[in-house]
Amino acid sequence: MSEIYFDNGATTMPFPEVRAIMQETMEAEYGNPSSMHRKGFHAEEYLRYASEVIAKTMKVDPKEIFFTSGGTEANNLALIGTAYAMRRERKHIITSCIEHASIYNTLSFLEREGFEVTYLPVDEKGIVSLDALKEALREDTMMVSIMRVNNEIGSVQPVEEIGKIVKAYDPKILFHTDCIQAYGKMDCLPKRWKADLVSVSGHKIHGPKGIGFLYIKNGTKIKPILWGGNQQKGMRSGTENVPGIAGLGKAAELMYGEKKDQVEKIGLVKEHFIKRVLAEVDNVKDNSGEAPHIASISFPGLRSEVLLHALEDKEIYVSSGSACSSNHPAVSGTLKGIGLTKEYYESTLRFSFSVYNTIEEADICVEALKELVPALRMFKRR
Amino acid sequence: MEYKAYLIKYAEIGLKGKNRHLFEDALVRQMHFALDPVGEFNIRKESGRVFAESEEAYDYEETVEALSHVFGISGICPIVVSEGKEMDEMARVLCDYVAEEYEGETFSFKVFCRRGDKSYPMTSMEVAAELGGRVLDAFPHLSVDVHEPEVSLTVEIREKVYIYSKEIPGPGGMPVGTNGNAMLLLSGGIDSPVAGYMIAKRGVKIDAVYFHAPPYTSERAKQKVIDLAKQVAVYAGPISLYVVNFTDIQMAIYQKCPKDELTIIMRRYMMYIAEYFAKKRGALALVTGESLGQVASQTIQSLYVTDDAATMPVFRPCIGMDKNEIIEISEKIGTFETSVLPYEDCCTIFVAKHPVTKPRLDVIKKSEKKLADVIDGLMEEALNSAEMIKIHAH
Repeated sequence: MSEIYFDNGATTMPFPEVRAIMQETMEAEYGNPSSMHRKGFHAEEYLRYASEVIAKTMKVDPKEIFFTSGGTEANNLALIGTAYAMRRERKHIITSCIEHASIYNTLSFLEREGFEVTYLPVDEKGIVSLDALKEALREDTMMVSIMRVNNEIGSVQPVEEIGKIVKAYDPKILFHTDCIQAYGKMDCLPKRWKADLVSVSGHKIHGPKGIGFLYIKNGTKIKPILWGGNQQKGMRSGTENVPGIAGLGKAAELMYGEKKDQVEKIGLVKEHFIKRVLAEVDNVKDNSGEAPHIASISFPGLRSEVLLHALEDKEIYVSSGSACSSNHPAVSGTLKGIGLTKEYYESTLRFSFSVYNTIEEADICVEALKELVPALRMFKRR
Repeated sequence: MEYKAYLIKYAEIGLKGKNRHLFEDALVRQMHFALDPVGEFNIRKESGRVFAESEEAYDYEETVEALSHVFGISGICPIVVSEGKEMDEMARVLCDYVAEEYEGETFSFKVFCRRGDKSYPMTSMEVAAELGGRVLDAFPHLSVDVHEPEVSLTVEIREKVYIYSKEIPGPGGMPVGTNGNAMLLLSGGIDSPVAGYMIAKRGVKIDAVYFHAPPYTSERAKQKVIDLAKQVAVYAGPISLYVVNFTDIQMAIYQKCPKDELTIIMRRYMMYIAEYFAKKRGALALVTGESLGQVASQTIQSLYVTDDAATMPVFRPCIGMDKNEIIEISEKIGTFETSVLPYEDCCTIFVAKHPVTKPRLDVIKKSEKKLADVIDGLMEEALNSAEMIKIHAH
């Protein structure tokens, strides 16, 4: 039996085209984009092309794309860069209680630095309350940061409404949205959402690890967090990661181009999977949101790690909660945020799909669950 | 100033009479293990002492660190070597040594001389007196005290001249390999690596057995145990780690025996299995990290019942220690950080809410009879499918 990789929310397998273009940049066009000679210019071409491709997918200006070392850095730059640019006039930031650790922990840092943060609650479907947002807005609010797609359950936030509310209250408040799970799988349109800052990661869309970008709307007041050779207009110093950027550009191009049909089919695999699990496995709870690629299911009566390793034995790879936080024993903020009790959040698995997954794989996984879940429940830890 | 050589002092080896050369050989062997990654050292025994000398460049801190992991060493004296034996040359090197090593300090001293090279034209006393005078001339603020000096400057005249005065404490104990073999029951916890370290310190060569329970314990839990074994191997030398798949035995116990006796029965089967591998390695004892009263399976009644499963002596060096004392050692030997990583081990997977704390041997044995129809097959399978991993510190 070949492996079934249902952990695409953690990372994805790079497209062959991505591997090819990266190899090209490493074998032939290894120049430094800042070099004045031809080798440098050729390397720079890859950056230009990637920015243009990405800008087109988001309907923005290529000059608004700033490459970072990944989603975490993009989120750090968005939050810390804004906080430090606006600290003299404002000090209040609004976010949700189900953000990724790279938002949550960055805001904790800013709180220790003297900024104030409001954490908006979510309903049982993991959707932020717009009323709570309206109430939280203040005269000294500098930024609202709300993710587009939650990484643990796949709930999709109404960013367009959020953007409207924020800008209607005060156009000077910056709106940041973490699109790391959304980009590539859904439309990400900053202008329509009135978003000033959008974070994206490469390896969630079959691109390489170690690369991502932050969309920064022209004219946005933000300070860099890295200092050095002033690459990327001084916003992100450091020699550009040419292979990474080329790979990310290629992945974006494919996700919104050639692979678009396949991307649209990911949701069918997810729906089929959830439907069968709910019908055929006893006593389960579906926590999944609207995102096409993330299914979150609780199996009360057993612990997620045990089921995870049992699936692993059958070469089916999934994650418990969110892979990024699995190394920490701390309980997922998202699962608690949507009101799950211990019995449920300790038994939740995330199945996350990509263009490489099929209905047949979903069926094999369902059969495995039908066999394992009742067997493992017999050995429940008391 | 460059230390070219080290004089290694040892404590308990000195007491071992006719076996002494065995102990010294083991010490030299262990020093080779420890110093191999640092550089090339010539290690030799010389009239009741061991010298390690390097001809090439090496890192001083790294050397002392490596030697401080070798059991049997009570002290490490860094030595300055003088190639010339003429009085003027020796005096110059000695004065340089004092100037640098004791810069700005005031103390009483004496020069102590030893001649390995008996053809040297002066007696030891004459050399000591002459060098002492020269040091005093160079450092008038120092004073000589031949009875109770604060600093003993030792000058040994052999093929070359060795000068030293300071001693860095070693780990003590006895060289690994001088006291037989034992089998350590290694879990991912804090206590068992410490127990392994303590027994190795008494010169015992240890191997280890780990009970793996997939899918209840992950690959990472196993890697954690490998990492711990590696850290223990820094002191204990290479370890053969047996990884035993314990899931089916645990399941059988879970299904057939009273729930509150789960852990104690499991511990007994662990003893049987550990003893099997102990015999295979020629070990004569088992080692566990148990500490009296720490958990239900470590009450005196539980230990009595567990012990009954073993025919070999079971060493429990942590038995009288408090948790914080054990933690102190685990921090010292560098296992603590790994031990507290949050991966499940097989003992914590199935735990009864109220495990029996005062088990009776006859009752437990009766419960075990319920396993009679399956246990032989399961044990055989567990023993035969065990994986052996050779663990080296470097």
